[in-house]
Amino acid sequence: MTAPEGSEKMPERRQFLADLLRGAGAAAVGGLAWAGFLDGKKAYPTVLRPPGAVKEEKFLALCTKCGLCAEACPYKALVIAKPGDERPVGTPYFTMRENPCRMCRDIPCAVACPTGALDSSLMRDKDEQGRDKLNINLAKVGLAVIDRETCIAYWGIQCDACYRVCPVIDKALTVEKTVNDRTGKHAILAPVVHSEHCTGCGVCERACVTKKASIFVLPVHIAMGESSDRYVRGWDEKDEQRIEDVSEETKTVTPRSEKSALEYLNKDGF
Amino acid sequence: MKDLVVRNRYLILRRFSQISILAFFIGANRYGWKVLKGNLSNSRLFDTVPLTDPFALLQLTATGNIASREALIGGALIFVFFAVVGGRAFCSWVCPLNMITDLANRLRRVLPAKAGISLRMDRNVRYWAAGLAFVLSAVLGIAAFEWISPISILHRGLIFGMGAGWTAIVAVFLFDLLLVPHGFCGHVCPLGAFYSLAGKFSFIRVRHLKDNCTQCMQCIEHCPEQQVLPMVGIASSFVTSGECTNCAKCIDVCRDHAMKLGFRTGKL
Repeated sequence: MTAPEGSEKMPERRQFLADLLRGAGAAAVGGLAWAGFLDGKKAYPTVLRPPGAVKEEKFLALCTKCGLCAEACPYKALVIAKPGDERPVGTPYFTMRENPCRMCRDIPCAVACPTGALDSSLMRDKDEQGRDKLNINLAKVGLAVIDRETCIAYWGIQCDACYRVCPVIDKALTVEKTVNDRTGKHAILAPVVHSEHCTGCGVCERACVTKKASIFVLPVHIAMGESSDRYVRGWDEKDEQRIEDVSEETKTVTPRSEKSALEYLNKDGF
Repeated sequence: MKDLVVRNRYLILRRFSQISILAFFIGANRYGWKVLKGNLSNSRLFDTVPLTDPFALLQLTATGNIASREALIGGALIFVFFAVVGGRAFCSWVCPLNMITDLANRLRRVLPAKAGISLRMDRNVRYWAAGLAFVLSAVLGIAAFEWISPISILHRGLIFGMGAGWTAIVAVFLFDLLLVPHGFCGHVCPLGAFYSLAGKFSFIRVRHLKDNCTQCMQCIEHCPEQQVLPMVGIASSFVTSGECTNCAKCIDVCRDHAMKLGFRTGKL
């Protein structure tokens, strides 16, 4: 049998295909290792991003870790995560207890971001003259949360350190006066956070006098729950209007509601 | 002394370029200088001109997000500069990790016991790595190489604080010193692969003059990408491979004036 023309090149082609296969195999192995490494890096849910940060998932995609936001911060409050910081490496974050956000009116960090990971247009509204301007009060770095068990104001000790330093005083943080039931004679002047105004700047967290801050900032999605559509605040007309458009079909399903009431009350022992 | 300077003139120029770029970035962070703010991923020149790593930008795009116009302009500026003018010069004239790997490979040459073994590794691994960077970026939704790049870890570390990042740098150093000669820059780095492709047709080129060549092979001995010099002693021609980093080490070591740096359009 005579060899067909070009048969000398056959070993070359075989070699090429083998090389290609080997390369693809190595790439698959490398890719899996690489991907496993990256996946671990993504999970750090309590990280506090600069004002104007888009949703964490998108933020991680858009942030090129250039540090321009940190350099723009006049208070050097933004930290660039180093390996070992337990944050996605190279990305900016706050450590409120040490150095909180001072809520600059011109929001230099967000303006400095070249990629859109920080979007200053999220913090724009109109002033009294109808002009478009930046408004740091629209920032949502996080939400301040109070641990009432360690907050000494809730013990009845007069402390309003967090209230007084709050840049959005009397809106984001108020003091509520109640009778101190423990003594029957004294007042409790307790700080209360209001989520619609709190920017999560963390100034309160730094000011807190307890050994470990009793008011601290968490990302909004961690600090807050979410009630279902059909729960209504009693005797509140506005809240009743809220459910007028909710469809008839709405049904809240939780692990507990899937069982009948009798079942979980009588047999489950709570 | 003068001889030493002349024999290392391109090395001195490269170190000057690498160190001054780094110094401008560090100065911007520490003292508020306005020459180069940010870092190699993204920066602003004189507070106005945006400069963006085009490879990082492509990975970002692969995640399904679009960067702002500023970042896109910055990426285009860098890309055009290296594609038209500099070729793969980023690697040898800008990248700070190059100083680490150069040190490892110099030690490999000088150390008496011939430090380390010389594993063979396919130089095309880097192209697979570059391809993987895009695939993983698309799958995971984050710019994949930017998350593990030892270049960024070193560069950011010097500007913003190193943390535990030094381990990655030592790993690259030891990889080059003990396992694969020119291992990281010449075999693995996807950014180098990107610039090899991007700078394929750039103008600044090393050229070889056969008539001057005495075939001492010093150029090939010192070249970090030896495969780009097949013409040495055989023909006068420009280096055509995009994998040449324009480090000009071959020119420094050539005693016969057989290597020159010039424009591709010029005469040989």
